[in-house]
Amino acid sequence: MAEASAYTDKVMEHFFNPRNVGEIEDPDGVGRVGNPVCGDVMKMEIKVKDGRIADIKFMTFGCGAAIATSSIVTEMVKGKTLEEAMAVNNRQVATALGGLPPAKLHCSNLAADALHKAIEDYRSRAKPAG
Amino acid sequence: MTMREVYLDHAATTPVLPEVAQAVHEHLVTAYGNPSSLHRFGRRARSAVDQARERVARAMAAEPEAIVFTSGGTEADNLAIRGVARRAGSGHIITSQIEHHAVLHTCEALETESFAVTYLPVDAQGRVRPEDVAAAIRKDTILVSIMAANNEVGTIQPLAEIGALCRERGVLLHSDAVQAFGQLPLDVGALNVDLMSISGHKVYGPKGIGALYVRRGIRLAPLMYGGGHERRRRPGTENVPGIVGLGMAAEIMQRELADRARSMAAVRDQLIRGIGETISDVVLNGHPVDRLPNNANFCFRYVEGESILLALDSKGIAASSGSACTSGALEPSHVLVAMGLPHDLAQGSVRFSVGRGTAAPDIEYVLSVLGPAIDRLRKMSPLYAERAGGGPRAGGTSLEG
Repeated sequence: MAEASAYTDKVMEHFFNPRNVGEIEDPDGVGRVGNPVCGDVMKMEIKVKDGRIADIKFMTFGCGAAIATSSIVTEMVKGKTLEEAMAVNNRQVATALGGLPPAKLHCSNLAADALHKAIEDYRSRAKPAG
Repeated sequence: MTMREVYLDHAATTPVLPEVAQAVHEHLVTAYGNPSSLHRFGRRARSAVDQARERVARAMAAEPEAIVFTSGGTEADNLAIRGVARRAGSGHIITSQIEHHAVLHTCEALETESFAVTYLPVDAQGRVRPEDVAAAIRKDTILVSIMAANNEVGTIQPLAEIGALCRERGVLLHSDAVQAFGQLPLDVGALNVDLMSISGHKVYGPKGIGALYVRRGIRLAPLMYGGGHERRRRPGTENVPGIVGLGMAAEIMQRELADRARSMAAVRDQLIRGIGETISDVVLNGHPVDRLPNNANFCFRYVEGESILLALDSKGIAASSGSACTSGALEPSHVLVAMGLPHDLAQGSVRFSVGRGTAAPDIEYVLSVLGPAIDRLRKMSPLYAERAGGGPRAGGTSLEG
């Protein structure tokens, strides 16, 4: 696997010590992207307090890059406002990891998308309540 | 303290045996002549090439004149398939969906010329059905190309049956025996194989050398043009050190084949048993019995193959995964897909291939690392958290219960 050896130290560090793994009891928003057929599934759950991401957890099925991007995005947005979190994109996630092998940039770099879906889910739930 | 290392990727490549390396070195440094030269240096090299040809021939019960040295298995496959096709000019080729890319992509390329290709399916254990071969033969079929054993899942193909029916129908049979050579007894006469590819580096010889067996009387169009080397079948000054290395490796493989196959199968079965006892939701891919003695290929449900390889590599264990990232999507192995495994399960495949030096403590170490690694990845997997608890759906042998 040439891809594997092309990972940065930062990717490997997050792969072996992923931050914020798990599920939140009674989450305010849930985002899920990907499907097992194309290789990766990411699920993000958030707890929102005062317009900020008070807590965030992820579960990921996928390669090293998929796990590392999931991990680092939770670190990047924890405590941030929802607007700030919405502004984080997949490219910034890859950059924060010191880059990803070209083949991994698309299929395994969906963590920000999962995050955005979780925020959208939170907002859609919040709306009817006013 | 250096990390313990366990190499279980012998299907990818093998270490060169010390005595083989020594012979290669000698023919690089001392016996460096060109076999085409008239003088004593040339004659020495010629005699080394002749001896190697005899050794390779003997390992497959062939005549030495039938052996053509190539740059490896890929060139041997190309020479066999394109050689037959271009000589015929047009026609129909039969192969299988689980061939190595050296065969598959060669056939696909011929489809853009005046050739039609049938890619036969396989059963859930990865076996080509001889009756499918028989049914696919047409009036214009010029070649059947079926591997002797699969490189990913190790399934041994019913080559003798396919050989018999090809002979009966008057169609040439090529076999990519790159993985099977040195692991299974291969007798080209008994198998009725007309062309057979082998590679040096899969049998403890050097990289960059292989051979094609060409049954007497078969004419091939050359891939390259140049001198009259290898009976005009493969031009270019002979890779004497590589040829000598392949010859020596082939002889050693032949000599120790039965013992090695037994000892490799013993540690391989230790691994299969151990994984079945310590890890849940595992499927053994390929045929449970008719498989290469060095091969064990598993799908670990709910986790992806590359992440398992990374975890193993961090503990010094080398294995390989069938899946590979291509542009935009993670493609599961074409072999597992052909065997009917669902894509999500195929993503979690890992191949362990033991070697002649693999011992019981190596397997114990792998088992001590693998269980916790799978466990850790499953705890991160949304698919594991959501699992319905269903059994394996298709393809392999469940190791549960």
